[in-house]
Amino acid sequence: MDSYDVPESTPSASSRPEDYFVGATPLQKRLESIRKQTSFIPTPPRRKVPQCSQLQEDVDPQKVAFLLHKQWTLYSLTPLYKFSYSNLKEYSRLLNAFIVAEKQKGLAVEVGEDFNIKVIFSTLLGMKGTQRDPEAFLVQGLILSPRLECSGTILAYCNLCLLGSSDPSTLAFQVAGTTGACHHTRILSKSQLPSENREGKVLWTGWFCCIFGDSLLETVSEDFTCLPLFLANGAESNTAIIGTWFQKTFDCYFSPLTINAFNLSWMAAMWTACKVDHYVATTEFLWSVPCSPQSLDISYAIHPEDAKALWDSIHKTPGEVTQEEVDLFMDCLYSHFHRHFKIHLSATRLVRVSTSVASAHTDGKIKILCHKYLIGVLAYLTELAVFQIE
Amino acid sequence: MSPQKRVKNVKAQNRISQGSNSFQTTLSAWKVKQGPSNSKNISKHGQNNPVGDYEHADDQAEDALQMAVEYFEKGPVKTSQNKDKTLEKHLKTVENVAWKNGLASEEIDVLLNIALSGKFGNAVNTRILKCMIPATVISQDSVVKAVSWLCVDKCSGSTKVLFYRWLVAMFDFIDRKEQINLLYSFFFASLQDDALCPYVCHLLYLLTKKENVKPFRVRKLLDLQAKMGMQPHLQALLSLYKFFAPALISVSLPVRKKIYFKNSENLWKMALLAVKQRNQGPSPEPLKLMLGPANVRPLKRKWNSLSIIPVLNSSSYTKECGKKEMSLSDCLNRSGSFPLEQLKSFPQLLQNIHCLELPSQMGSVLNNSLLLHYINCVRDEPVLLRFYYWLSQTLQEECIWYKVNNYEHGKEFTNFLDTIIRAECFLQEGFYSCEAFLYKSLPLWDGLCCRSQFLQLVSWIPFSSFSEVKPLLFDHLAQLFFTSTIYFKCSVLQSLKELLQNWLLWLSMDIHMKPVTNSPLETTLGGSMNSVSKLIHYVGWLSTTAMRLESNSTFLLHFILDFYEKVCDIYINYNLPLVVLFPPGIFYSALLSLDTSILNQLCFIMHRYRKNLTAAKKNELVQKTKSEFNFSSKTYQEFNHYLTSMVGCLWTSKPFGKGIYIDPEILEKTGVTEYKNSLNVIHHPSFLSYAVSFLLQGMQS
Repeated sequence: MDSYDVPESTPSASSRPEDYFVGATPLQKRLESIRKQTSFIPTPPRRKVPQCSQLQEDVDPQKVAFLLHKQWTLYSLTPLYKFSYSNLKEYSRLLNAFIVAEKQKGLAVEVGEDFNIKVIFSTLLGMKGTQRDPEAFLVQGLILSPRLECSGTILAYCNLCLLGSSDPSTLAFQVAGTTGACHHTRILSKSQLPSENREGKVLWTGWFCCIFGDSLLETVSEDFTCLPLFLANGAESNTAIIGTWFQKTFDCYFSPLTINAFNLSWMAAMWTACKVDHYVATTEFLWSVPCSPQSLDISYAIHPEDAKALWDSIHKTPGEVTQEEVDLFMDCLYSHFHRHFKIHLSATRLVRVSTSVASAHTDGKIKILCHKYLIGVLAYLTELAVFQIE
Repeated sequence: MSPQKRVKNVKAQNRISQGSNSFQTTLSAWKVKQGPSNSKNISKHGQNNPVGDYEHADDQAEDALQMAVEYFEKGPVKTSQNKDKTLEKHLKTVENVAWKNGLASEEIDVLLNIALSGKFGNAVNTRILKCMIPATVISQDSVVKAVSWLCVDKCSGSTKVLFYRWLVAMFDFIDRKEQINLLYSFFFASLQDDALCPYVCHLLYLLTKKENVKPFRVRKLLDLQAKMGMQPHLQALLSLYKFFAPALISVSLPVRKKIYFKNSENLWKMALLAVKQRNQGPSPEPLKLMLGPANVRPLKRKWNSLSIIPVLNSSSYTKECGKKEMSLSDCLNRSGSFPLEQLKSFPQLLQNIHCLELPSQMGSVLNNSLLLHYINCVRDEPVLLRFYYWLSQTLQEECIWYKVNNYEHGKEFTNFLDTIIRAECFLQEGFYSCEAFLYKSLPLWDGLCCRSQFLQLVSWIPFSSFSEVKPLLFDHLAQLFFTSTIYFKCSVLQSLKELLQNWLLWLSMDIHMKPVTNSPLETTLGGSMNSVSKLIHYVGWLSTTAMRLESNSTFLLHFILDFYEKVCDIYINYNLPLVVLFPPGIFYSALLSLDTSILNQLCFIMHRYRKNLTAAKKNELVQKTKSEFNFSSKTYQEFNHYLTSMVGCLWTSKPFGKGIYIDPEILEKTGVTEYKNSLNVIHHPSFLSYAVSFLLQGMQS
C-alpha cells in the first residue's frame, strides 16, 4: 500500500483555521485541548512524588481520620452548576426529603420534616491542593434510632423509664407525651430536643473534592463548581438516589471511575516512593488471568522495605517519577516473579495494588491508609477524574 | 319553592356574579332579550345553522326546548294531574337537543342551577346533569353559581359527585377560569369528603397554578395522605405540588403506575368529541403536565434515568435556594421568566427568548426542537458547557464497545445516537462533544456496531484543520477502510462526501457573513481552503487505493464519482475559490469502465469542471485585486490533459497519443488490431448495451 503524502495545496496562503474562531472562550479552549490529545491515555512523562503532609493547618483531624481506612468507590463528576457553599443547610433539607420520598415510593413527604433518615452536609476545610481549588465537602446519611412517639404504649413505657432523669429535654418529652397526639409530640420534640440526642448510625457517606484541578478550573466559568472527584461509601442504591438528586439539582453527571492497569502501576510506583515511618501493611499486588476456565488470581506480596529498596535502586530524579522508572519498576517485579515461578506476569492483568499508603482496585475502589499522603493520593485521583470528564 | 326562598336565591346569584358583567344572570332578563324571535337567536348560538328542510324541524325543537327550560325554571306544578308525564316530556326534549346539538351557555346556566338547587328529585337532577353538554362553551359564571349551590347543601352526595365529574370532563370548554381559580380554597376543603375526594383531586390537578401551592395546603394534603394511605389521585396532586414547589414537598412516583384518576369522561365520551368538532377552531391546548415516573433506578448498570435523555423540567432548586441573596436582576428575571412547559411554538420562543427558564438538566433539550433552536443561537457559555458535559459523559457511559461483552444495551445506544444525529441534522451543525467522542472511541471501534450512526457522526464533525484531525480520526478510519468489505468502503465514502458538503456549507455561510475588506480574513480563508483541499486529496488517495483493492469495482466507482460530483462544483455552488481535480487513477478507471452510467457521470463531472474553471478564469480577468486565490496554471493544465485524453479516446479515435501516452508497440502487443477505433463513442465497450438494444429494436420493426 502506498503511503499517503500531503500534496501541494492549491491556494498559496497557509494560515491555520483556528485563527478563524473569534476569541477563545473557555469552551473552545477545552475543545482545542481535546483535539491536541493524540492518545487517550494520560501520559505526562513525569509526576511529582507525593510530598508528605501538604494538608493545611485548618483541616479538622477528626474528619481526616474519618476519611482514612474506609473503602471508597470512585466516581468522576462534571462541574456542578450554580452550587453554592452558603446553601448547604438548605441542600441537606431538600436531599433529606428526596431520599425519604424515594425510599417510600409513592408517599409524599414534607421538606424539613423530621425523618428517621438525616442528611448532613459539611465542608472539609483545607482539603485542597492550591488556593484556587474549591472547598471539598462531605455528605453523610444517618439513620436515626426509631422515634419514641410512634405509639401510645411505647410512649408510656418511655415515660416510666425516663421519670428518674433530670435532663430537661426528657421532661419536655414527657409533657409532650401526655398530650397524646402524635403530631404535637413531633413538633415539640423537633423544637426542644436537639437532634444530637437521637443516636445516629452512619448509613452512607460521600465526599466531593478537587486537589490540583487547575486544568479543569481554567476551562469553566464562575457559575460552575469543579469537584471532579467523588468518593462514596455505602450501599449502591443509596449512592444512586443521592447521585440522582445531585444530577437533577446541579446538572452534573456522575460516572464510575475505574482505574486501568497502566494507572495502577503508576500508583504502585508513586506510593512505594513515599517515605513512611512505620509500615502498616505489606505491599501487595493482585493479577488476574482472564482467559483461564476458572479465573485465576495471582497475589504477590513484598515486604514494603524491600519494595522501597527496589524503588530506590531504580529512582534517579529526586522528587519526581517518570514513565521509564515506572516501567522499570514493574519489569523488575515481573522478572523476579518469573525467575521463581516461570510465569510471565506481564501477560496478565493487574487488578489491585495495596501499599502502606493506600490500596486501589481496578473497579474504582480505594482505601487510603496514610494520613501524611492523603492529599498526594487524591491529587492523582483528581487527575484521573479530570481526564475522564474532559 | 316558596317566594322568599326564590328571592334569596336570586340575590345570592347576583352577589356571586357581581364580579363579571359579561353574561345575563337571571332567566327573566335573558327571556326579555330573546324577545319574539328567540328561535333565530338560539340557532345563532348553535353555530351550525341548519339548512334547507331541517330548518323547520330545528325551529320546532328549539321551541320545545324553550318550553322545557321554562318549565324547569318554574318548578314542578303541584296541582297538575299529569305532572310526571309533562316532566318526562320536557326532560326528553332537553336530552334530545343536548345530545344532538348541545345547549347554549344560557340554557346550561339555567338548567345547572335547577339541577343543583334540589327543586326536583334526585333522579331528575342526575338526568339533567348528564345532559349538560355545551354547544360550544360553558360560561364561567354558571360554574361559579353551581358551586355556590354546593355550599348550601341542597343536593345529595351522588349529585355532587356527578357534578364534579361533569366539571372535570367539561373543564376544557369553560370559557375562562380565573373566577373558578378563586374558588380554589373551596374545592380544596371538599377534599375532606371521602366520596368526592378522587374527583376533587382531579379538578384541583387541572386547576392548580404555582401561586395556589401554599405550605398549609401541602401540610393538609400530607395529613390526608396519612389518613387515606397511598391513593393514586392524591399522589398525582402531590406530585404536581412537588413540581411547583420542590422546596416544600418531595415525592417519587412508582415506576409502573400509569393511571392516576378515575375516568370522569366516560359518561360524555361521544358528546365531548362532538363539542370538539363543533368548536373546530384552534382551542388552546390546556396545560396538562406529564406525570413522569421517578427517575431513580437503583440498578448496577445505570442509575441515571429511565431513558438516557433526562425529562424536560424547568423547576430548579437552585433558584429557590438562592432566594436569600437574590440580586435585583434576579428579581427582574424571576417576575418575567417564561416556564418551559408552556413553550409550544416558535413565535413563543422568539417572544420569550430573553426570559426563558432553562431546564434543570440541559440534556433534555435534545428531545425538544424549540430548545435546540435556542441552544443553537445562544452564546451563553454555561448553557453550552452544561450541554456538552452532559453529552460527552453520556456518550462515554453508554458507548457499548467500551465495555467488553455488553451488547445487550446496543439498541438503546443506537437509538441515542439516532437522536443525536437527528438533532444535528435539524440544526445543520455538529456538536463538539460528538467530535471528542469520535476521537476517543474510533480507535476502539470494530467497524461493525452502530456503523451507519457512527459514520453519520463523522460527517457532522465541525470544520477544523485537516492536518489536526487526520491523526485523530482519518488515520484510524483508513485502517478500517482498507481492511473491510466493499460496502464499508462505500459507506465511508458516502459519509466523507457529506462531511465535505457540511464543511463547504459552513464555510460559504461564514465567509459571506463577514465583510470582504477585512484583510486577515483572506489569509484565514486561504487556510480553510487549504484544509478542504487536503480533505479532497486524502479522499482521492483513499479511493485510488480502494479501487486497486477492489479490482476496479463499478459499485465503488459510483460512490467515488458521487464524491467528485460535489468536488467539481465548489466554485460555482458554494462560491469558494477552490477547484481540485481527481487523481488519474480515478479518471482513467472511469474512462475505460465497462459501465455506461460511470462514463456518463464522468462526462458530467468533466463538464462541470470546465464550467467552474472558465468561471474562475473570467472572475480573475474582471477583478485583478484578489490575486491570492488565482488558481495555479497547474490545475488548468491538469484539466486540459484529462480533456485531451478524453476527446482522443471518445471522439477523434486517437487514444493514448495525447494526454496519456502509451507506446504504440505495447498496444500492438495486446493483439487488438483496431485499438484506435475501439474506444470511441461508437465502439466503446460501455455502450455495447445501447447498441444491442438498438439492434433489437430494429429487428422487431
